[in-house]
Amino acid sequence: MAKTGSRLLLGTRKGLITLEHEDRRWRVTGHHHPGLSISYAFQDPRAGTLWACSETGHWGTKLFRSTDNGATWDQPPGPKYPEGAVVYDTWNAGPDGTPTKPATLKYLWVMTPGHASRPQTLFLGTEPGGLFRSEDGGENWELVPTLWNHPSREKSWFGGGRDEPGIHSIAVDPHDPDRMLVGISCAGVFETTNDGESWSGRNQGLRADFLPDPAAEYGHDPHFMAMCGADPNVLWQQNHCGIFRTADGGRQWKDVSQPEGPARFGFPIAADEQDPNVAWVVPAVSDEKRMAIEGGLCVCRTDDAGDRWTTFRAGLPQENCFDIVFRHGLDVAGDRLAFGSTTGNVYASSDRGENWECLGTGFPPVYSVRFARE
Amino acid sequence: MPLVRFTRHLKRYFPSLAEGEVGGSTVAEVIAALEQRHPGIADFLVDERGALRKHVNVFIGSEMIVDRTTLSDRVAADAELFIMQALSGG
Repeated sequence: MAKTGSRLLLGTRKGLITLEHEDRRWRVTGHHHPGLSISYAFQDPRAGTLWACSETGHWGTKLFRSTDNGATWDQPPGPKYPEGAVVYDTWNAGPDGTPTKPATLKYLWVMTPGHASRPQTLFLGTEPGGLFRSEDGGENWELVPTLWNHPSREKSWFGGGRDEPGIHSIAVDPHDPDRMLVGISCAGVFETTNDGESWSGRNQGLRADFLPDPAAEYGHDPHFMAMCGADPNVLWQQNHCGIFRTADGGRQWKDVSQPEGPARFGFPIAADEQDPNVAWVVPAVSDEKRMAIEGGLCVCRTDDAGDRWTTFRAGLPQENCFDIVFRHGLDVAGDRLAFGSTTGNVYASSDRGENWECLGTGFPPVYSVRFARE
Repeated sequence: MPLVRFTRHLKRYFPSLAEGEVGGSTVAEVIAALEQRHPGIADFLVDERGALRKHVNVFIGSEMIVDRTTLSDRVAADAELFIMQALSGG
């Protein structure tokens, strides 16, 4: 298997594309599921299994799995919402005033391996807001009822980025198998410390400028949330309303955005695996436009817990550029970073984001970029 | 028994799929019978509540089915049933 950081998995509008770094250059080494939209793809470091979450367009969402590094794929049944599960659609209540409709799987947002001590456990975050768990390596999936039945869901979960609420971020504490946090758009961040028996909102200090009460307990839009593996009380989120960091496991978030940008609006965020003071973002023009800032791409890094951000542009286009990087479109592995954009441009850095090289400009729209990990 | 024809797009996932006679007197029954013959195919056509997926169309003869939620439309024994992808999903 490739060394961590030397293989990239791109989930794109037209399939899963793999690239490998060899002899000091990146090259495309594989194209799997051609033509299928791959919303998220990653490699489970525990057994090396490759996973691809797909939206087939006509035939629903499908899950693909490979245990031989992509040579062959099988298709486990995937998650299903149980009978009786409903979504609350307050805006489209029926003539009888009932704001509910049956919950059916709309999108596979993200998939995350469970704790290293539980090698068969996997989690899937989905639209319309269900967290699914597998205890048998992804063969069977069960909705996590405690989060689904959280009292905040009826009134304070709603669509963000897509029509219905979606779980797009799952952070499992590498030091504590019973603790994990999830990010939901829109609802906010939730934490369990008892292996999913109960969940608590962790949104203190966030701001939801699109709500009448921006400091509401729920209804926040964390575009993506990332945990520092070495210090799992430190989490970062690129939120719709800024960049936030917590140093106490989510009990209190602090706005670490640059008031005038560029590090302010965007979708992805990457946390350094070792240093809790370091994170990267790929900024964009704010909410109303959602484009590259002034026609140029940049990456911002903080080395001091968000007090200051340094902007890096070397190797990135600085004119006539319209790229947006989606929430799963940026990843870090050691000193290496990579990101891919909606306009099919992919860039990588070997020096912690200071200099970038273009890996290609003709890729399909990129939904996820993940380094393969051992 | 009704004759069922398919869009060729489904052959990507079910290479042995071919038109043929399938038992059932409603669309739901035909899909249940298809699932017996091609395990997994129902998940491509209907969601977990049994409703037709948004971008799948089923025609009986030249008429699109009416009940996309419970698939109760009657299928006559000599009918032709077409399972197609909707262009809206492409």
